[in-house]
Amino acid sequence: MLARSFPMIGSRRSLRVLERNAMIYRAQWVMLVSGFFEPLFYLLSIGIGLNKLVGNLHVHGQVISYVAFVAPGMLATSAMNGAMIDSIFNTFFRLKISHSYDAILATPLEVTDIALGEVLWALSRATVYSASFIVCMAALGDTSSPWVIFCWPGAILTSLTFSCMGLAACTFMRTWQDFDLVTLVQLPLFLFSGTFFPITSYPHWLGAIVWFSPLYQSAALLRGLSLGQFDWIMIFRAGYLLFIALIGLYIAARRFKKILTP
Amino acid sequence: MTGTHVLEAHQLVKRFGEFEAVKGIDVEIDRGESFGFLGPNGAGKTSTMRMISAVSQPSGGTISIFGLDPRTHGPEIRSRLGVVPQEDSLELELSVRHNLEMFGRYFDLSRRVVRERATELLEFTQLTERANDKVDNLSGGMKRRLTIARGLMNRPEILILDEPTTGLDPQARHLLWDRLYRLKREGVTLIITTHYMDEAEQLCDRLVVMDQGSIVAEGAPRTLIEQFSTREVVELRFTTDDHEEYFDRLAPFAERVEVLPDRVLLYVNNGDDTLRDVHAAHITPTSALVRRSSLEDVFLHLTGRTLTE
Repeated sequence: MLARSFPMIGSRRSLRVLERNAMIYRAQWVMLVSGFFEPLFYLLSIGIGLNKLVGNLHVHGQVISYVAFVAPGMLATSAMNGAMIDSIFNTFFRLKISHSYDAILATPLEVTDIALGEVLWALSRATVYSASFIVCMAALGDTSSPWVIFCWPGAILTSLTFSCMGLAACTFMRTWQDFDLVTLVQLPLFLFSGTFFPITSYPHWLGAIVWFSPLYQSAALLRGLSLGQFDWIMIFRAGYLLFIALIGLYIAARRFKKILTP
Repeated sequence: MTGTHVLEAHQLVKRFGEFEAVKGIDVEIDRGESFGFLGPNGAGKTSTMRMISAVSQPSGGTISIFGLDPRTHGPEIRSRLGVVPQEDSLELELSVRHNLEMFGRYFDLSRRVVRERATELLEFTQLTERANDKVDNLSGGMKRRLTIARGLMNRPEILILDEPTTGLDPQARHLLWDRLYRLKREGVTLIITTHYMDEAEQLCDRLVVMDQGSIVAEGAPRTLIEQFSTREVVELRFTTDDHEEYFDRLAPFAERVEVLPDRVLLYVNNGDDTLRDVHAAHITPTSALVRRSSLEDVFLHLTGRTLTE
């Protein structure tokens, strides 16, 4: 019924795409394991490494260790990277190289089911990976608060945002060369989104630009959640991420339709 | 929908921007029939196939499959169709067996059913021994057979094949044809596009010849040959750079003469008689061949060029 009222969103059949991806990943377990270790390496190298140099920080009147500051940012970053890599690279491969989607469209599945299925897949992965990351955060003792558990849905929301954006972006890619553009966007996002240090260190104008970065909103949201500093602005941040996700999914579904069923 | 037609299309049009790929074609296909779309590359066959597989929407005209409208009943129609696309589009990361099983799942078949059908179809397409291999390691012919097996996972009432044997060696083609005959005997409606004449003659009960988006002829292969060609053809080759120069000298001997880059074709009723007459007129080709007319000749007549160019 929902699918009929919102035909852009896709139907229950999208679960088959989830099943398909799971089947392929079963055959490629190395990729599955790498998705688990990558964020852990981030946390260990940057978090622990810089912790000694930087010392403690004041965030909203609370004194916290650098690891406690940077860990939510790392969580946001790894959610972004995981979602972007999966949705951009793998989807491009299926869309334009292996033509897997063309084959799927000869079945009862519709284009929107494929787009939604890919997003659901990204979310399932994010659920597992972010859980493992949060366990590591807790184990390393860089969270002082039990609120860290709320980072979980926050990280999943972040994955949703970036996988929808990635899905939309990959439909505009023509060749593998275009993927350099992805790095061109991803890297400054990663470096300037307040993941390593508070954006209050920036000049005012740069801070204003960064404010629009979904990664900044995600990192700020996760940081607030992990420190238990609840604030009304968090609802705005979550809403912003959801808004970007819906725009991404809408563009992706439209572009998929144009490419796959001309 | 009238009577036994499983598919009806009227004034079907497909446009891509300014370009009209399909220019208002009419097609009616009966249940159990084996129907061919014949034409050179760019004739609009694939665009037509995509519309009758309920994947792409027509830009104009109407289409009804199993009496249903693809615009409103796409998933229902596709659940009863099997499609073998021009590109195999198999899951390269999965094994042969898993390709079939996963495909069956898209049709909401239970895991038990997909396992049984996969086993059955691997046997049918002679791929049982390769069941656990990665698709990447298969030969072209095997990939094609796997794609056909995949198209049969949902036990379709209509199987749509877009150039099923392009790029295959003769053995692989004959094996494929054999499998298609069996399906036909089991009552599956086959819709085939091809640019191979022998394939169309072998497989199709009825066919249409498409050229530049339109249907230029329609009928059974034999009827088309009788209608558009003579009973026999004499093929003559000469030691010359330009066979065109023989046109005037040979024209009186045949109903129709076609000059190709490497040979001249004479359309006649009795090839041996004609050949004797040609020799008697002191025209000496380096080689001569008398054969029966084929669909190739029909196509040459209708479109003024060879199909394989």
